[in-house]
Amino acid sequence: MIASLLEGETLVQIAYLIASGLFVLALMWMSSPKTARRGVWAGEVGMVLAVVGTLLHHDVVSYDLILIAMLIGTAIGVPMAYLMPMTAIPQRTAISHAFGALAVGLIGVAEYYKLAPTEAPGSFVMWALMFEMLLGFLTCTASVIAFAKLQEIMPTRPIMFSGQRLINLAVFAAAIVIGGMLIFTPTSNALFPAFIALALIFGMLLVIPIGGADMPTVIALLNSYAGLAASAMGFALNNKLLIIVGALDGTSGFILAMIMCKAMNRSFSNVLFGGFGQMAASSAGKVEERPVRSMSAEEAAPMLDMASSVVIIPGYGMAVAQAQHRVAELYEHLEEQGIDVKFAIHPVAGRMPGHMNVLLAEADVPYDKLVELEDINPEMPQTDVALIVGANDTVNPSARDDPNSAIAGMPIIEADKARTVMVVKRGMSAGFAGIENPIYYNENTQMLFGDAKKMSEQLVKELHELND
Amino acid sequence: MHNTSAMTDLLFVFMLAAFLGFQLIKRVSPLLHSPLMSLTNAIAAVVIVGAIVIAGEDGATPLARTLGFIAVTAATINAVSGFLITDRMLKMFKKRGS
Repeated sequence: MIASLLEGETLVQIAYLIASGLFVLALMWMSSPKTARRGVWAGEVGMVLAVVGTLLHHDVVSYDLILIAMLIGTAIGVPMAYLMPMTAIPQRTAISHAFGALAVGLIGVAEYYKLAPTEAPGSFVMWALMFEMLLGFLTCTASVIAFAKLQEIMPTRPIMFSGQRLINLAVFAAAIVIGGMLIFTPTSNALFPAFIALALIFGMLLVIPIGGADMPTVIALLNSYAGLAASAMGFALNNKLLIIVGALDGTSGFILAMIMCKAMNRSFSNVLFGGFGQMAASSAGKVEERPVRSMSAEEAAPMLDMASSVVIIPGYGMAVAQAQHRVAELYEHLEEQGIDVKFAIHPVAGRMPGHMNVLLAEADVPYDKLVELEDINPEMPQTDVALIVGANDTVNPSARDDPNSAIAGMPIIEADKARTVMVVKRGMSAGFAGIENPIYYNENTQMLFGDAKKMSEQLVKELHELND
Repeated sequence: MHNTSAMTDLLFVFMLAAFLGFQLIKRVSPLLHSPLMSLTNAIAAVVIVGAIVIAGEDGATPLARTLGFIAVTAATINAVSGFLITDRMLKMFKKRGS
């Protein structure tokens, strides 16, 4: 019994079994910030077990290349984790999906060349391999485009051209047809590079028409695709560990993408075919000439000081200005004066799910002060001041009031219901969705024109002068 | 290697893991959605096990070794940076007074 347990294959399977359990625990512990770090630890131990188990496998005979590759990977990965500013987390995640999907695709290629000569036409393994490569390669280029858009190497606006859907469909259909031919005639090697090229091109076409506002959904979807690609690889290699991890990752990305879609009242197909950009173009033309009331920091500070409750609503503008630390100082100062301060977090504030929470956590705002949309809205009518910092679309009341609006039906933070609304904003330009926001023209709204960072700084300074 | 029962076994595993995933992810606080994403990203780097076999196999062709080498590197980058940055994010989440 003991002898058979220690035999190569069994040992590997036991390592994989324990690793799978640890990965499940890792996700389980992510349910609360109290246990989440334990989750990371479980994931790390699981990964080490999986790697060591595989290295012990009797099929693996040459270690030199593997160890060199791991050293290079570590040398790149460590600085990537520590030097990345928190505002760039979405980009890092996107490029990481690209790396993961590339690995999956390349492993598929190696397996294809190994198995194609001997595999029976139409076999399960060939099906799995083709799925693996299709998903892997398209996710890889799609993630690179997402990275380029987030890093603003490429314009973040949707890129549209005539006949786009038709071309996308044709490329996808061609990839499927060639993939199918390869499944049933595995030895037709000449078609194989065309299959890979089509998958790579399709990935790019998929993300090019998607605009900045949809990035949280796109990142989540890419996470899902990367997971499904890993699962397909598990099917091809008969490896249950890969299937389990891929399924967990795939569902995780899928659920987050659904949450993001719901938070913007949009369907998957709507996101994938870039409906937002088109609608924005049609409504951007009508610019209203209505008066707005503006205030200086000097005038705003006493109003904040007299308030008994303040809700701060951060948006992407705060992230761009790297203003989270200044906003946190403002929060601390108001708290010290005995004012009840909360942060209202819209699910799609930022460029990936949960991004705003990370930025505020970085600035030492306690997480029990971060309140979600559904929980903060009932409190808005009793709030003295709603302070909007660089947020546009997530507080736009036309989503609620105007059925013809491009964002009609999107859940919003109802800042307009607060007694006084203050909007920190550089100018009157529209947000991601490119539509007018009536909140700026309301009777109870004061515009605080300026950069989010500078304006927060000034507010803190003025408050100090009032209280010292 | 793949007879019908082996194939359906794998499909069972996939289905159960997907249901488990739904239940687990639904319970994750929206507060932690970003760390969740970088954690799943790191865990998905377990594809490295496939890459290791490709790169280290007895009789692997030069092409397979090259592809395996790149795949091991890419997966290691993900695992290392994914776990470290998740922990870096989580360290910042603090309760008031702690």
